[in-house]
Amino acid sequence: MSQIENPETKSKKKKNRKSGKKPHKMTSLHNSEAALLRLKKRRAKEGRFILWGRLAIGFAVASLMWLLFSLVGTGYTAFTQHFITLDVKLEASILDPTDIRDPEKLRAANYRRLIQTSMQAQIEGVTDRKEKRALFNLVSASGATNYVRQKVYKNPNLVGQTLTVTVPTSDEVDQLLKGYIDRETPEARRKVSNQQIEWIDELVDRGVIKPKFNTIFFTGTDSRDPELAGIASAVVGSLMLLSVAFILAFPIGVGAAIYLDEFAPKNKWTDLIEININNLAAVPSIVFGLLGLAVFLNFFGMPRSAPLVGGMVLALRAFPTITIATRAALRSVSPSITNGALSVGASHVQAVFHHKLPLAAPGILTGTIIGMAQVLGETAPLLMIGMVAFVTEIPTSVMEPASALPVQIFLWSDSAERAWSERTSAAIIILLLVLITMNGFAIWLRNKLEKRR
Amino acid sequence: MNSIVAYILMLLIISVIAGFAFNFTAAQKRITLYKGVDVKSERVYHSQSGYHGYLTAWLIGISGFLIFLGGLFLRPDTGGLIFNTVWIGVLILTAASITYLCNQRIRPEFRARTHVERLVIGALIVLSAIAVFTTLGIILSLLFESLRFFDKVPFTEFLFGTQWSPQMALRADQAGQSGSFGAVPIFAGTFLIMLIAMAIAGPIGLMIAVYLSEYASKRVRAYVKPAIEILAGIPTVVYGFFALLTVGPTIRNLAEGFGFSVPTQSAISAGVVMGVMIIPLISSLSDDVINSVPQNLRDGSYALGATKSETMKKVIFAGALPGIIGAFLLAISRAIGETMIVVMAAGRAANLTGNPFEAVTTVTVQIVALLTGDQEFDSPKTLAAFALGLVLFVITLILNVIALTIVRKYRERYD
Repeated sequence: MSQIENPETKSKKKKNRKSGKKPHKMTSLHNSEAALLRLKKRRAKEGRFILWGRLAIGFAVASLMWLLFSLVGTGYTAFTQHFITLDVKLEASILDPTDIRDPEKLRAANYRRLIQTSMQAQIEGVTDRKEKRALFNLVSASGATNYVRQKVYKNPNLVGQTLTVTVPTSDEVDQLLKGYIDRETPEARRKVSNQQIEWIDELVDRGVIKPKFNTIFFTGTDSRDPELAGIASAVVGSLMLLSVAFILAFPIGVGAAIYLDEFAPKNKWTDLIEININNLAAVPSIVFGLLGLAVFLNFFGMPRSAPLVGGMVLALRAFPTITIATRAALRSVSPSITNGALSVGASHVQAVFHHKLPLAAPGILTGTIIGMAQVLGETAPLLMIGMVAFVTEIPTSVMEPASALPVQIFLWSDSAERAWSERTSAAIIILLLVLITMNGFAIWLRNKLEKRR
Repeated sequence: MNSIVAYILMLLIISVIAGFAFNFTAAQKRITLYKGVDVKSERVYHSQSGYHGYLTAWLIGISGFLIFLGGLFLRPDTGGLIFNTVWIGVLILTAASITYLCNQRIRPEFRARTHVERLVIGALIVLSAIAVFTTLGIILSLLFESLRFFDKVPFTEFLFGTQWSPQMALRADQAGQSGSFGAVPIFAGTFLIMLIAMAIAGPIGLMIAVYLSEYASKRVRAYVKPAIEILAGIPTVVYGFFALLTVGPTIRNLAEGFGFSVPTQSAISAGVVMGVMIIPLISSLSDDVINSVPQNLRDGSYALGATKSETMKKVIFAGALPGIIGAFLLAISRAIGETMIVVMAAGRAANLTGNPFEAVTTVTVQIVALLTGDQEFDSPKTLAAFALGLVLFVITLILNVIALTIVRKYRERYD
């Protein structure tokens, strides 16, 4: 910025000011009063211009920081969760009155009662029906019962013994202990009653309720209860989408680039392909979703919500990116390489595949990673092909209904409760970590490549 | 499904094995010739032994794929049933006969390499034609469904009607409840949000590009550029959640401080966040354009005594203007087609309003709203989504083509 201002004039001005003299009596075009005023104005303009530039950068960086801080600030608490440790007496009279130990019967038994009893064992003097229910509400109802049910189903011999289980508390308890439910708000507008707060504090004091690392978030699937919701099925779905998209987009993208750059004659047909690819890279992603819905689902009758269809749609979305990157990489390989190969008698195909492609590989890889990062973050086309289903099982094949991480984020973002926005933010943190790692790797690869050259 | 996977795996394995085995036999034959007769016969073989193997593998692969397509074509409904032992048997038979034929043709004068290379180039052509087929698929599917929509709803009503309430269309049996499909409020909402986004992203993105390319020191650039690239890499669903969770409530609270009431979902919050999302697009494209203006134009301007900002405004902008316009057009097309931010932050009510503090809806939001959830495929409600998609595609296509042509022409000017 200061190259324009001549340092000499600056120091001269200073000297003049010190000695109290006016600068230069002799006036000319460049140092008349008017000219100096003009110069001052021009420099002020320059300064303002630079200020605008800095403000613009400041705005962009501040937005990024705001986004990251607000998401991390809401999300990081989801990585811990409060769990309650209970001694559950697996009474045979409740579970298996007939004493046959039939696993199917055991599965259908009343586990709610068991949990209720064990909760009442923790807090003395709860006799009122209403109070009993309030007490039971402290524990994650379906989480605790399903956990014990699974244990008993797998091992019917447990009946009659006492099982010590650690199960999640209900999300209200969790939010209260994390400080997101204000204890000062009047009871009527609070989700947790005064009585319950008393119990919770007592249980925390006794060490029955403890915060722990939230493994459920990583191993669980989508759920109606925030304390049981996890991202496992979404992550598996995303991985499936990614692999299908990669298997399709990589050969298409690279193949098209090689053809256009190396073998295509210059004619209308190749011009058309070229315009097409450049345009496809800029077509809104939701249009690809419409294509998938009309062609893959309605015309070919492929299943809704399947990662296979999603992967195909996203492959069409991603391959132009790969093509454009590959073409840039191919062009940056020195022509002397091809010429050398041709001059020792290699055919054109051999020169390209044996000599040019290996040298362009890092650039191709960079483009592919960036394309795959796009695939991983894409949501809109997946909504079109019905990947918004409530998926509670981890999918095992690409034809089963699955969710994807960004879609899961979208679905969870609909619920306004604090426990949900916490989990949405946590899922976003995971997604961003993966994406930043991928993009960072691509940038690192590109820098390394540029240095070598 | 699994049998399809099994079939494709089998095909791959068979062709690879055949390729290797063939490579081996061809090499064997050649060696025998080489040892048995004289050195000349080595030269007589046109192709290296590997190419005979490649040729076999390619032929098996292609014919296997054709058999696969034929199977799908014959029995499209029961994709799982057809790829049983019978089809795998057919595949093995074909593979064996191709192997036999290829084996017959291992002769010195057989140009295996030329054949393989032709096949390779053919495959490359097919791969690059997929781009054309994708565009064709998009156009045909959108056009086809839209025509069905315009059978039910007049074209003019769709383009010029000001009433949008597609929900009614579901209850066709109710009298007078046919739903109305005037898309003007949707177009207006899209335009409003695009304007807000461009008002933010245009100047800021451009100033970032100017500052980074003309003023910033290397160190500043080393920190700022990756930060901007991170902004570009954030998925739009994350921006959408940010708008919903943070920006919307902030704007609402600010407005309440001034005595207004603004809903959490409003055009302004969606537009502002979308503007932030578009900043990296504009800044990186403009950066390229500004950098490609030749240095001697700059030097000439400095030599005349112009300051950097004067050079920037009067010389470089003038030279880079077409490229910058191209960048802005691409950004506009991106803003119009952006989905997740508006779905999450702009609302769904079709308001015909120019007030950015109200909830508006956009083309993409309506497409999502019409197509998620249960749908009957023939109802105008579902088909309307395709008509909206067609409008979206045509507008972005025009913007993209103009922008890409400008940018390309511009690049040629200074090359």
